[in-house]
Amino acid sequence: MNNLQRSEQYPLRRRAVVKQLLDAMPEALVITGLGATAWDVTAAGDSPRQFPLWGAMGGAAMIGLGLALAQPQRRVLVITGDGELLMGLGGLATIAVQRPANLVLAVIDNERYGETGMQLTHSAYGVDFAAIARGAGFERCFSIADNTDWATHLPTLASADGPLLATIKVRAEVLPLVLPPKDGVTLKDRFRAAILPAET
Amino acid sequence: MSNAAWPDTIFEQLLAHHVQQVAYVPDAGHSQLIERCRAHADMITVPLTTEEEGVALLGGAWLGGQRGVLLMQSSGVGNCINMLSLTRVCRFPLLMLVTMRGQWGEFNPWQIPMGQSSEAVLQLANVLTYPVEHGEDMAATVDAAARIVFNGPSAAAVLISQRLIGAKTFGK
Repeated sequence: MNNLQRSEQYPLRRRAVVKQLLDAMPEALVITGLGATAWDVTAAGDSPRQFPLWGAMGGAAMIGLGLALAQPQRRVLVITGDGELLMGLGGLATIAVQRPANLVLAVIDNERYGETGMQLTHSAYGVDFAAIARGAGFERCFSIADNTDWATHLPTLASADGPLLATIKVRAEVLPLVLPPKDGVTLKDRFRAAILPAET
Repeated sequence: MSNAAWPDTIFEQLLAHHVQQVAYVPDAGHSQLIERCRAHADMITVPLTTEEEGVALLGGAWLGGQRGVLLMQSSGVGNCINMLSLTRVCRFPLLMLVTMRGQWGEFNPWQIPMGQSSEAVLQLANVLTYPVEHGEDMAATVDAAARIVFNGPSAAAVLISQRLIGAKTFGK
């Protein structure tokens, strides 16, 4: 089987994985990358404590870091894709230096650039995000490829001290778009209103 | 005020404006300020691998209720451009303190293109710019920029002249 076909056979499905992640961490503050992970999170249910990106590619993990440092008592869950993370790989080194115990990065890895026509990403050729994060110094790193891995590692992702990164290999599939609010000021203001004391 | 004191006046302004996250790419011009921030118990200092990480980081900081600053040199301005769309679309506050290269007595010609275009590039990206030529103007300029940034919210960059910092000479 060549690289192009391989991820079409992966057993885990992205919408179910993302829903289970959110259900396992109902109190978490959520940042998503642009594109499919934003649609996945919205398909599971829009919430003011979710900040989905529509652009700023490569920025999701670093937004998560700034939030995790500002809110050390709350769990911060970044759900992003392989293509989005590839554009900001240096951020893994920056996160590892800060060592935020409350930060979880879930990489929904279908080995494709979904929004541009499902072209292969570097992970289709073997680039391993968990190995990169481990090398950077993340506290816990996992590669999840099937339901057994998922059942084993989900409780750890939901509760163990981080920084954690899980690469979750999911099937390459084109799914219906489920769009979150698009206005950036609205997304920012509702997020702050949901988690911060009222401004005086 | 002597020129050598301007990093201390910036530090005092950052404290006065309750800046808590200090993101930076190491820079000779900012070295004294970075050390003061690192030594302060209530500031979180975040060394970056590239400047656009700081733009995203400080957006996250604001989502979580904290103010931040991005310390960088002018060669990093171009690295930030697409990430500044996050700042603009979401109207995040962003305070950038930029030490200039390629501007005044520069030894290294490779610094000149980005140094010469930094202010125009920032303005195109909707970032207000405040050049500072003299140390005695530093406190008032950083204060004014921080007020515009955090009261807006807006994005603003204080451009610290290479004449004030002193050009790196490579021993020549």
